[in-house]
This record gives sequence, structure tokens and C-alpha cells, in this order.
Amino acid sequence: MVSREDALRLRGVSKNYGPVKALAGVDLTVRNGEFVVLLGPNGAGKSTLFQILSGLFVPDAGEVLVGGFDMRRDPISALKRLGIVFQQSTLDLELSVYANLMFHARLHGLPGSVARERIASEMERFGIAGLARETTRKLSGGNRRRVELARALIHRPSFLLMDEATVGLDPPSRRDLLAHVARLRDEGQVGLLWSTHLVDEASEADRVVVLHRGRVLFDGTPREMTAAAGEAEFGDAFMAMLASPPEAGAREPAGVAP
Amino acid sequence: MTGRHALAALVAISWREIVKFTHQKGRLFSAIVRPTLWLIVFAAGFQNVFGVSIIPPYESYITYQEYVLPGLMGIVLLFNGMQSSLSMVYDREMGVMRLLLTAPLPRWYTLLCKLAAGTLLSVVQAYAFLVTAWLFGVTIPWSGWITILPALVLSGLMLGAIGLALSVHIRQLENFAGTMNFVIFPMFFVSSALYPLWKLEESGAVAVWRAAQVNPFTHAVELVRFAAYGQLNGMALAVVAGSTALFFLLAVVGYDPQRGMIARTRQAAA
Repeated sequence: MVSREDALRLRGVSKNYGPVKALAGVDLTVRNGEFVVLLGPNGAGKSTLFQILSGLFVPDAGEVLVGGFDMRRDPISALKRLGIVFQQSTLDLELSVYANLMFHARLHGLPGSVARERIASEMERFGIAGLARETTRKLSGGNRRRVELARALIHRPSFLLMDEATVGLDPPSRRDLLAHVARLRDEGQVGLLWSTHLVDEASEADRVVVLHRGRVLFDGTPREMTAAAGEAEFGDAFMAMLASPPEAGAREPAGVAP
Repeated sequence: MTGRHALAALVAISWREIVKFTHQKGRLFSAIVRPTLWLIVFAAGFQNVFGVSIIPPYESYITYQEYVLPGLMGIVLLFNGMQSSLSMVYDREMGVMRLLLTAPLPRWYTLLCKLAAGTLLSVVQAYAFLVTAWLFGVTIPWSGWITILPALVLSGLMLGAIGLALSVHIRQLENFAGTMNFVIFPMFFVSSALYPLWKLEESGAVAVWRAAQVNPFTHAVELVRFAAYGQLNGMALAVVAGSTALFFLLAVVGYDPQRGMIARTRQAAA
């Protein structure tokens, strides 16, 4: 059943590291069944934003709602509705694929029969059923990512966070992962936020959010973004937007306390 | 978090620690060999040097091997407790920590599961050593095999909690060995594990004697020693229980993203 709440709602999220404003009043919504790409160069604040979305960091100001639940006030309900594929692998390389998936299912408190059935169906969906007994250390980068994507869906989240998930993958694995994500979007059960610094990964998105120096520079469809920048190609539009941001950058000179 | 969810998470975290333990073939072996060497070589060599007078809980003269046995069980718990801190640092390096910290569980409970899993392994190893010592002819009364169980569990929890609290501050696996040198060896030597504390006082090493008295490891060893002879050392129980609570609290605060060292050190690194 699809919740009526937005998969993700961020209001005025700010985070400072000393004098540096990593995030300055970020607003962002991901609706159910929507595939949103968060695009930004390195250092734009994507990593900080993802740490906040996953509850690993606490913002200095603003609120984060996952499936309608506040990450600060009710983190357990929010985390139940959140699936995450981290940029860095978080698989236990000493355990088998099945053991990694079962570990996650138990952390989410799924009863054994439900866990077994969902693990089987997710492994089937991502074409890794034959690898169940393999130690994850032996898997290719692409297959490890598939395992992580399958794992992130076992507890049926309403919001899926994917942080630079294609880093280190070869082109076929990258294409394969994007195709899986596009299918997830088409199934309409989960809202997806996909962060990347690679513009070509944004072409499949329903919406693109450009983050630059801790602020949202643009939020709209890829077509709207190209039109707004007055460019023919999406990649050129992104570069043009970074070159002449609509607003002044958020980063203040070092040494100026907030 | 429902009771069923809590149990499932406890099973998951414990099961993972047990599987990893069974994969590390040398770990049980070295956990047993270390104290056995102390018992067979060190204690045999020194038994005529250390005369042990009759002190509670002993009711008659005992051999040095008998005296040192609870202390050596203590070191099994101490090593494994620190191993649990190593496991936290390893999980952080491997990224599994993120998975644990983003699970829909109260953070204190996730840490408690880690602690419980580590303590289970500690107690199993302590008993494995007790069996080994028995094979070499050094043992405690048979009833003591049962009465030490709660003492081993509580002492294991305390040393594991110290390990967890330390793991907040150990940033990388490479730093682990150094930290352990400054934790394991002082805790072991400045305690009642190898010699009764009155020996330290008698020999005039007053500073060491005082340090040994406040060393929680001393109280863990005494708790086990008294329990082995069916007695309860109230003071040891109070110190061990209090230290367990204190160090566990420090670990929980340390892993709290709003207040802890994790947040502060990440900010400093950013």
C-alpha cells in the first residue's frame, strides 16, 4: 500500500562545520513513486545531506520527515521507512549474500518466514538468487551493489536513498543498476533519491535537484533545467548553472563564525 | 521497538559475532594458550617465590596456581572485551557500522546487543580455559564451576563496556594495538590477578597498591575469585556493576550523533 505521506520532506535543513556552511536551508521533497536525482559537484554538500537523511548526523536547523516521521523526534519510525545504499560498501565481506540479507532483515525485526520470503523475492528480482551462498568478498562490484539494493528493499521502505551508488562500477554494471532503479520507479511503491555528480545519470529522473555550495540551485524536470539554462544539452545546462548560480554561494569566508 | 524485534536484533548481532569468531580459527586457540602459558610456565616458576598466606575467600594454604587461576580467567575476559572494541572499529572501517546505526533500533540497544554478544564469547572462552586448567591439574571446587557464571557474565559485561567506550575514540585499526598496550597490560599487572594486593602494600609500592585498588579489573577478578568458592564479595560486585553502567553510558553518549565524539571528530575531519 502506498502511503499518502511524501516519501521524503526536508524543510530548511542547515548544517555548519565551524564557520563553513555545509548546508544552508535546504528544502527538498520526494513523492511516492518519484525518482529524484540529486546532482552536485564534489563538495556541494551531498554527503552531509545524506548523513542527515540517514540519521547519522543531526542538522543544526530544519526538519527531515521520512514517510511522515520526523528523523529527530521519532528516528525509529523514520528509519523503518528508509532504505539506504551507501556510497561505501556496507556488506560484511566475510558473510554470504544470504547471511548479509538475513542480518538486515533481523535488524529490522522481520519474522523469519517473512524475511525468507522477501529475501528470496528480492534476490530473484535482482538476478542474484544463484549467489545466495557465495561469500560477498568474492562478488564483483556490480553484484555487490545489487545485493545492497536488494537488501535496502527487504523491509519495504517508502523512501530509498542511493548515495553515489555507481561509483567504482564499470559501464555495463552502471547501466544495469540504473535500469533496476528505473523499474523500481515504474512499480511506484517507493520514492527514490539518487545522488550523483555524473550528469548522464540524471536523464531518467522525474526531477533533478541541483545542490551547489550547500544550497538548492534548481529543482525541476531535466527538460525544465535545460530550458532554464538556455542550453540544448542537459550536461551543458548543468555546467552553465554551476558557472553562474542564480544566488550567491552559501560558503562564507573561513574564520567567520555563524 | 517490540519485544520480538528486540530479540530478532539480539539474535542477528550475536549470531554474526559467533560466526565471525568461528571463522577466526586462531582466536580461541590464542585465547586459551595465553593464560595457559601463564599458568603452566609463569606460575610454576614463581610458586616458590610468592608465598600466599591465608586470605579470604581461601580457608587454607593454596598453591600459587590456584591463586592465579581466577586472575587468568579475568585476562581471558579482558582480552575478549577489548576484542569487542576491535570489532566495533573493524565494523566502522568496513562500513557495517553504518548499517547498524541506521537500523530502526534505539542506539543504546544496538550497543547493548554488541555487548551481550561479546560477553557471550568471553564467558565461553573463560570456561574453555577453566577446562584446560583442570586438565593440567589446577581447578576450583566443582560447585564453583556454577557459581562463577554470574560473576563471569558481569565481569565480561564490564570489560566489554570498557572496550565499547574505548572504541569511540579509536579511529583506525592501526591505532588499536597501541591503545591496547596502554589498557590491557596496565589493567592486568596493576591488579590482584597475579598477586594479592597486600603484597604490593607490604613491598612499599603504595602508589601501585592504590591504583590496583581503584582498578575495576581488580574487582572483576575478586568477584570471580570469591564466586569460585561460593562467596559473594559485595564491594567487588558494587564496583563491577557500577563500572559496567558507567562505561556503557559513556559508549552510548559516544555513539550519539547529537552529543558524542563520533559527531565531533567527524566535524573536525570535515
